[in-house]
Amino acid sequence: MVQAIEAKALTRVFGNKKGKGPLIALENVDLNVAEGELFGLLGPNGAGKTTFIKILATLLLPSFGEVKVLGHDVVLEAQKIRPRINMVSGGETSGYGLLTVKENLWMFSQFYGIPGKEAKRRIDEMLATFGLEDKANAKVRTISTGQRQKMNVVRGFVTDPDLIFLDEPTLGLDVNASIAIRNYIRHWVKDTTGKTVLLTTHYMAEADFLCDRVAIIDQGRILACDTPANLRRSVRRASIFTLATTPFDGITGLGGLPGVSGFESTTSEGRVEMRFSLEDESVIADIVSFVTARRAKVLSVSKGEPTLEDVFIQLVGRALG
Amino acid sequence: MIDWKLNYRALLGRAYPRIIGASREPSWMLFDIVLPLLGIAAFIYYYRAMGAPEVFTGFVVLGGVMTAFWLNVLWSMATQFYWEKETGNLQLYMLAPMSRMAVLGGMAVGGIFFTTIRAASTFILGFLVFGVQLQVSNLGGLVATFCLTLFALYGMGMMFSSLYMLYGRGAWHLSNLLQEPIYLVSGIYFPVKQLGFWTALTASVIPITLGLDAMRQLMFASPSVQGFLPVEVEALVLAALAVLFLIGARYSLRYMEYLGKREGRLTMRWQ
Repeated sequence: MVQAIEAKALTRVFGNKKGKGPLIALENVDLNVAEGELFGLLGPNGAGKTTFIKILATLLLPSFGEVKVLGHDVVLEAQKIRPRINMVSGGETSGYGLLTVKENLWMFSQFYGIPGKEAKRRIDEMLATFGLEDKANAKVRTISTGQRQKMNVVRGFVTDPDLIFLDEPTLGLDVNASIAIRNYIRHWVKDTTGKTVLLTTHYMAEADFLCDRVAIIDQGRILACDTPANLRRSVRRASIFTLATTPFDGITGLGGLPGVSGFESTTSEGRVEMRFSLEDESVIADIVSFVTARRAKVLSVSKGEPTLEDVFIQLVGRALG
Repeated sequence: MIDWKLNYRALLGRAYPRIIGASREPSWMLFDIVLPLLGIAAFIYYYRAMGAPEVFTGFVVLGGVMTAFWLNVLWSMATQFYWEKETGNLQLYMLAPMSRMAVLGGMAVGGIFFTTIRAASTFILGFLVFGVQLQVSNLGGLVATFCLTLFALYGMGMMFSSLYMLYGRGAWHLSNLLQEPIYLVSGIYFPVKQLGFWTALTASVIPITLGLDAMRQLMFASPSVQGFLPVEVEALVLAALAVLFLIGARYSLRYMEYLGKREGRLTMRWQ
């Protein structure tokens, strides 16, 4: 199998800053992504996702380890990698507000040497795909956040890269814009040969919907890497319960109960929603006892199927967001 | 191997926002033509009140014209990578396969185009309003000197831009340091020879010093015009400066890019 990304013992350390010690952003990361794969990287803020992407995109040097992208070393052969990759980040404000959407896209296409007519053909085609034809001649500073992000996605794909890095591409977008972007990404990988996507996201459902494989990363280390189905299966041994109660003190104590392997909670409007990953179903009785002993009222209890979120909670010990 | 076609396209691509920008913000006519003219007028009336030779009026207008290029180099070339980094464009430039010199070249070409319109407007209006008499002794030499000055000036801007790429706001002080003192040491509004040989020689590192001096000698054939050095020598020094700055820009940019990649400073902290 041809590998689009190969990272061996990749470590990235950021230097001392005003008395703080060195920050280890990535620690001994071993990861391979095959050509044609839609690969997801899931992790909380500061987990090392963006650092990883920036090293792969030749924007940052690794401190230790070996990294190859499309068969080329990121340190020694960056020039061979760059024509074949592109990157889109969520909330990106690149381009120039004075230029129109079409002009901005044309400008970025020129940095990849795409002939003018071909660039214009691709831009028109992709603007139509994203429903942005009517904004083609609008100045970038006048369009909405969602439209701007769609433009950014077009910018990334218009150069027809073999490997694209999508760093939280649907961050802060409404449902329709997110769906349009997800569908495009999915079709781009599946309908063409040899195209690879590395996607980082906060959204578990997005990773579940899009990715062939997912790696869970936290504090610079890869904790698990498999297909979403296999990852879910790995926590199926555990029982997933959702419990709603009235508010009570000492809620964090629930995470330390014997048999509780994952726990997260949210409180709103006099209601506490808790999600548990339990080693055994019988533990739910202890949890209910814990709650009622604190004079809280149980509003509902339900058993559910594990999601990527449960996988994440079990591995990391806390929720993503 | 250098991909000339790619770099040519990249250069045009980067020049485009500056070229088209000139027509998209009409307010520039007020800020870039009328206001500089007022600054020039102050010096002209000052010289006239002192009874200075009339040729000084021409000196001031030419100084005002070249100031436009100097400010463009300082604030739109040298500092540009700071802004590009803020908006996220810089990382996209660094990600793309074209030469970084093509990006800088595009910024320079676009900047020269935009500023030439402004400078030409100041030149024409200045000469019409203040009745400056030209006595051009060598038109070809004048055009060549002007082009050499721009090459050297924008080459210097390209070299400085690599500093901004890495040091961001820290490099801002450099621009502040260079802006006001240069009005004095480069002889923007008076013949630089008045400063004495060593000061003028030191100031010659800034291409606008010798460029202005040479152009004044070629534009105003008057006994009052006493150049700092012969025009031929000044042209040679400008050519040498242009080559040095361009080579310096290439290597400095490469080194700063390496440092930026090593220290993680090519991209925004929040990203």
